[in-house]
Amino acid sequence: MPGKNSIAIKLVLVITLCSALIFAATLGYNYYRSRVILVQELEKNARNLAMALVYRVETELVAVARVTEGMARSLENGRFSEQELLSLIRTTVEKNPEIYGSGVAFEPYVFSAASRLYAPYYYREKGKIAFSRLEKSYQYVPYLYWDWYQIPRELGKLEWSEPYFDEGAGNILMSTCSVPFYREAGGKRQLQGVVTADISLDSLTELVSSVKVLKTGYATLLSRNGMVLAHPLKNAVMNETSFSMAEAQHDPAMRKLGQKMIRGESGFILHKNLMGVRSWIYYAPVRSTGWTLAVVFPETELLENVRRLSMTMAAMGFVSILLLIAAVVYIASTITKPLRLLALATDEIASGNFDVDLPPVRSKDEVGMLAHDFQVMKENLKEYIKNLTETTAAKERIQSELKMATDIQASLLPRLFPAFPDRPEFDIYASMDPAKEVGGDFYDFFFIDDTHLCFLIADVSGKGVPAALYMMVAKTLLKSEGQRLGEPDQILSCVNKILASDNDSCMFATVFCAILNTETGDIRFANAGHNPPLIMDAQGIRYLKPKPGFVLGPMPDTIFETERLALNPGDTLFLYTDGVTEAENEEQKLYGEPELKNALHRAPRKDLADLIHFIRREVTRHANGTPQSDDVTMVAIKYRGAAAQ
Amino acid sequence: MTTTTQKKHPGWQKLKLIGVPFLFLLLACVTPPAAAVETALQKASFMPLWSPQAQFAGYYVALDKGIFARHGIDLKILKAGPGHSPAQALQNGTADFAVLWLTTALQRRSDGTKLVNLAQIIQKSSMMLISRKSSNIKTVADMNGRKVGMWGGDLSIPPRALFAERGIKVHEVLQTHTVNLFLRGGIDVTSAMWYNEYHTILNSGIDPEELNVVSLNEQGMNFPEDGIYALERTIHKNPALARAFVAASLEGWRYAFAHPEEALDIVIRYMREAQVPANRIHQKWMLDRMRDLIMSGALRETPGILRKKDYEAVGRRMLKASLIRSYPDYTVFSWRSDAGEK
Repeated sequence: MPGKNSIAIKLVLVITLCSALIFAATLGYNYYRSRVILVQELEKNARNLAMALVYRVETELVAVARVTEGMARSLENGRFSEQELLSLIRTTVEKNPEIYGSGVAFEPYVFSAASRLYAPYYYREKGKIAFSRLEKSYQYVPYLYWDWYQIPRELGKLEWSEPYFDEGAGNILMSTCSVPFYREAGGKRQLQGVVTADISLDSLTELVSSVKVLKTGYATLLSRNGMVLAHPLKNAVMNETSFSMAEAQHDPAMRKLGQKMIRGESGFILHKNLMGVRSWIYYAPVRSTGWTLAVVFPETELLENVRRLSMTMAAMGFVSILLLIAAVVYIASTITKPLRLLALATDEIASGNFDVDLPPVRSKDEVGMLAHDFQVMKENLKEYIKNLTETTAAKERIQSELKMATDIQASLLPRLFPAFPDRPEFDIYASMDPAKEVGGDFYDFFFIDDTHLCFLIADVSGKGVPAALYMMVAKTLLKSEGQRLGEPDQILSCVNKILASDNDSCMFATVFCAILNTETGDIRFANAGHNPPLIMDAQGIRYLKPKPGFVLGPMPDTIFETERLALNPGDTLFLYTDGVTEAENEEQKLYGEPELKNALHRAPRKDLADLIHFIRREVTRHANGTPQSDDVTMVAIKYRGAAAQ
Repeated sequence: MTTTTQKKHPGWQKLKLIGVPFLFLLLACVTPPAAAVETALQKASFMPLWSPQAQFAGYYVALDKGIFARHGIDLKILKAGPGHSPAQALQNGTADFAVLWLTTALQRRSDGTKLVNLAQIIQKSSMMLISRKSSNIKTVADMNGRKVGMWGGDLSIPPRALFAERGIKVHEVLQTHTVNLFLRGGIDVTSAMWYNEYHTILNSGIDPEELNVVSLNEQGMNFPEDGIYALERTIHKNPALARAFVAASLEGWRYAFAHPEEALDIVIRYMREAQVPANRIHQKWMLDRMRDLIMSGALRETPGILRKKDYEAVGRRMLKASLIRSYPDYTVFSWRSDAGEK
């Protein structure tokens, strides 16, 4: 099973999360925008609805006001008998169905000097026109002190009364339109009384209440004091004002809204309605009475469609994301399945099995390319490993051959010490460490006759197999010519002639060749370009200064010269190749001739083997781990004297 | 709703005649004999100053919670409001007890009705003269020559006394129980009670900041208002009843202040029965203000006492304003239930 780091899980997580986020953002924005658009639409609709209602209410009110005004003007302009007055009022009520009742209330003693108050009143009762006298109908408070009389009287203009229950006269909830009328007397306008026309509040509020707004929305009517006139909340009607409700609900914003309403403003706001439900409210004034008509749309209901749409979209989004997950899982598996098989096959290959079959991939996508490249790589690797195996085998064969060559070369040099146990006149010791399997240095010693020991040290140019082969030739020639000629200069000249005659590869060798007379200790020697040997005698340790001579090999007619040296018993001659003095340490500093001379001072002299091993250790110490670059060869010979016999 | 007390009264008397033996019979059957002594409740009638509202919460609560019954009184609260005068009801014997203002009582006493103060409930004047800031009336002096709304009858005594004292002539306009005349601008100044009309004005959308309020109390016109009154002869006839009535009323007030929501429920129920618009938040305001007025000052511990100093100050003022011809001695006018029978 894929773990939590698997590509499939990562893809599913990331894609699901991202698409869910994008979807949620889109949905949120969509909801927000729909809401804004809806509210804009709503404002338009609400305004239209409110204005239509206001228009209907206003039409009725204006008509009533005009009639009342007309009556007042008639009373101002003409003299009416009681009969004419009553007929005027009655006709007004009859002709105007929107008027519930109408009357003319006179100032004290104005209608008749005989009676103080006079106020005839016609009104509708059970479909008929009824009549009463207001000065008698009102039991406790004379009509003079009712709002409908007092306010227009004090203000001197048409007034719509705050809705009231007309207890005693009309006995319904009503609002009265009152117009004061005057008469000129002695240049002064004198108030005669007040003409009134009542409208039934019930018929108005029915009109407002009948408006259906959504399911629970409604239209409401508020008076100039903020008194609730029409509202679904029956208990509030004619009992609560928007200000008392605001106080009860501790809602200062509602009070502010109420104040805007009674000031005659119009507006559209979102606020809790009187029942505490958040609603959009459009309010507009009814100008003639100063009332306010408001249309209330509960927010939840308004947004129900948007909410439902959003829920549907959310459900669709959820299903889409599920589908998306399925698709992602499928795609991921088409990628990861071959990859997993490839990984398994790679494990096999890693463990060395190149013959494992890679899973077949038919697709031509990146995974297909990867599988194909893997196949090619596997075949190349297989081929490479095969070649490597063959090369290694060949190298191993050459190595074993070289090993044999080393053995052969080593066996060519005299290695048995003491070399001449039956000759006490001298000691001789030698060693050769090749830098490679086979070396170009060599030494040799042999008797020419009973009393003459020929010894030599040589260094062939180059290293390895060519040098070894050249050394074989040189050594063989030096030995055979040495035994035949017996003089160092002749030996070197003769060998040089032979080597130079067939020297296509332009190789050469340096040789120091000497012959010791074992009876006298005399040494005759010739040098062919080799390092000067050291002499250790009674005078100390010093370098010989032989004539340098030219190397063997390049030129056939080189002339060498024999020199002499007398060894006293106890003297030692030390020969070496440049592998000693040119041994390098890691700082590429050479061991050097002075250092060799110093080392010889410190070296044990008694046994030549110890001496040579000491010098070898010194050279190794100097190199300090730096690989040996040249063969290191040393020969030491010590003359003990003939007397030692 | 045009039924009057006059109409009801004969029926009430008849009920009294058949009611007492019937009630006695009923209680004798139901309750054990030991309790029978207490069941002999004395009938009494009471008229508040106005139709039911929180201004009289103490009496309605005491009635509803059986406090009057516990004090041995079978109380009947009479219909009040427009057209009903409690002073008149006392005078003609319709009511045994009534709520009157001190000024009203003194005026009636001066006119010959022998009224006695049983308890002073509201210790100070809660009357206000309110104008809009826009009409630029800041002091009483500014009201000179302006249109001032005044209630008819006894309720105009305190402002009249104030204007007389300050030598101001205002253009009086009779105002009724609505504030519309003031709201529409028909008058410049309106009379208002702190616990009633002031709040009505606020709840008609006018902010306190828009109003100039002259409180009579702050003008030195400390006219104690609501008090419980009875005729001298009623008290002489049955001092125990008077004592019990005062005790039960004060207990009713204490209960109402301790349980304001319950008190409001009771008051509003009586208001609905009387078919009076009942606005709970307005009644709450009124009850809260009654608490301020009744439970204020040094008398917090023992409400119900008419202080001699207050009484005489009012008497002197009214005399000076020619509103009364004379006023009786404090000891004659004020009957202290705790001072024994007077």
